[in-house]
Amino acid sequence: MDGIFEYLMSFAAYVPGYAGAFVIAIEVAAVTIVISWMCGLVGVLAKLSRYRVLRYPAEFYIWFIRGTPQLVQVFLVYFGLPQVGLNLDPFVAGALALGVGSGAYVAEIFRSGLLAIPKGQPESAHALGMNNALTFRRVIFPQMIRIVVPALTNEAINTLKNTSLLSTITIMELTLYTQAVIAATFRPFEFYVIVSVLYLLITTVLTQFAKWYERRYALYL
Amino acid sequence: MNPGSPTEGPLLRIEQLHKSFGDHEVLKGVSLSVAKGEVIAIVGASGSGKSTLLRCVNVLEIPTSGRMYFGGREIDYHRLTQSRAGARELAELRASVGMVFQSYNLWPHRTVLENVTEAPIHVKGVPRADAIAEAESLLESIGLSDKRNEYPARLSGGQQQRVAIVRALAMKPEIMLFDEVTSALDPELVGEVLDLMTVLASQDMTMLVVTHEMGFARHVSHRVIFVHEGEFAEEAPARDFFTSPNHPATRQFLGRILRDDQVERHDVH
Repeated sequence: MDGIFEYLMSFAAYVPGYAGAFVIAIEVAAVTIVISWMCGLVGVLAKLSRYRVLRYPAEFYIWFIRGTPQLVQVFLVYFGLPQVGLNLDPFVAGALALGVGSGAYVAEIFRSGLLAIPKGQPESAHALGMNNALTFRRVIFPQMIRIVVPALTNEAINTLKNTSLLSTITIMELTLYTQAVIAATFRPFEFYVIVSVLYLLITTVLTQFAKWYERRYALYL
Repeated sequence: MNPGSPTEGPLLRIEQLHKSFGDHEVLKGVSLSVAKGEVIAIVGASGSGKSTLLRCVNVLEIPTSGRMYFGGREIDYHRLTQSRAGARELAELRASVGMVFQSYNLWPHRTVLENVTEAPIHVKGVPRADAIAEAESLLESIGLSDKRNEYPARLSGGQQQRVAIVRALAMKPEIMLFDEVTSALDPELVGEVLDLMTVLASQDMTMLVVTHEMGFARHVSHRVIFVHEGEFAEEAPARDFFTSPNHPATRQFLGRILRDDQVERHDVH
């Protein structure tokens, strides 16, 4: 019995460290997700715009992001930009790279949501005198969000897991902290299990939130 | 009431309206004058251009050529759709032209009441309390007060379509456009929508009604226009249209429609 207690206690020393890493992972994920939604919204509006000056850059953006590994994008921002005089704090560089990277997918998710809205919806708004901006804000956008919540949650979960990539640019999030602990303890099995459970904890909360949200707004479908 | 009284100019005048989609010319130069309070039924086969005509009136489609005057003012399609000042004018025009669609097009994420108050509040700037009071009295008039906080999905097709009519009426339009508003409804729900339209007609609402309901065309409308391959093949007072059609295409169309009616009636008994 004594042995088990001591075994469990041996992890206690890492609780504060994990708590800190956990908070950092959530912080960076939250900032990243907000950036990705903004990029996605701008991206989809530009891509669906009737102006080529907006459409072409949006298409390039989506093409570039989807065609390159996210790790390379992170390196490009963190290691590449300083060469042209842009030194970013690791947190800023990481959140920016992941957010812009996820934004291209969010743009496509938004686009699928927009395409799912029947043509009659904006038409009846226009027929009542609503202009494009008002129609988008009051009629299109709210319906699009309801449609894309499942896909958007999926993307948020991806983003959250991708914060582990930032272990490569010195951000002491869950993965990097775990590696540091393993380097000191030589116990990879236990600590990779622990970090997996911590990731699962966050992704499960996200999934449950999405389920609740869908149920709540299912009443008019 | 005397539709088309010469002292007051027509509310809506359309001259030589053409509309093409690509190579396909849907409207081949149609002209129409609508007096205040007049109810005009527009009938014809599918794809004859009836709906396109309605959609040109509130600029959901931009005609290829032709002129349109609403309330004596020419509608400049180019300016309305291209400039900022035009956008305001376009909103005003559309606020005065109510339109009801075949598939209701209520907004599913807004309650019945919100559907009705949305445009008055956000387009016309009506104070929220006034818009709600107006919407409530409109819903009361169609017997749907108890549905005010329901989402459209909880209503029958007939109820949804009546809400859609009331949503357009809430803008206090000068003319109402009905685009096959009963075509998507189950047969037993058609009556309640036609009844509401009949009430509107009796209140001197100006109405352009694209329809397959010959009973409505015959008994409620003042004038019937038969559209055939993008042209007005026949235009006559409602009583003459059905008793003495001139154009062979009209006779053929009526023959087909009325025979169908009889078959349906036969089935019911």
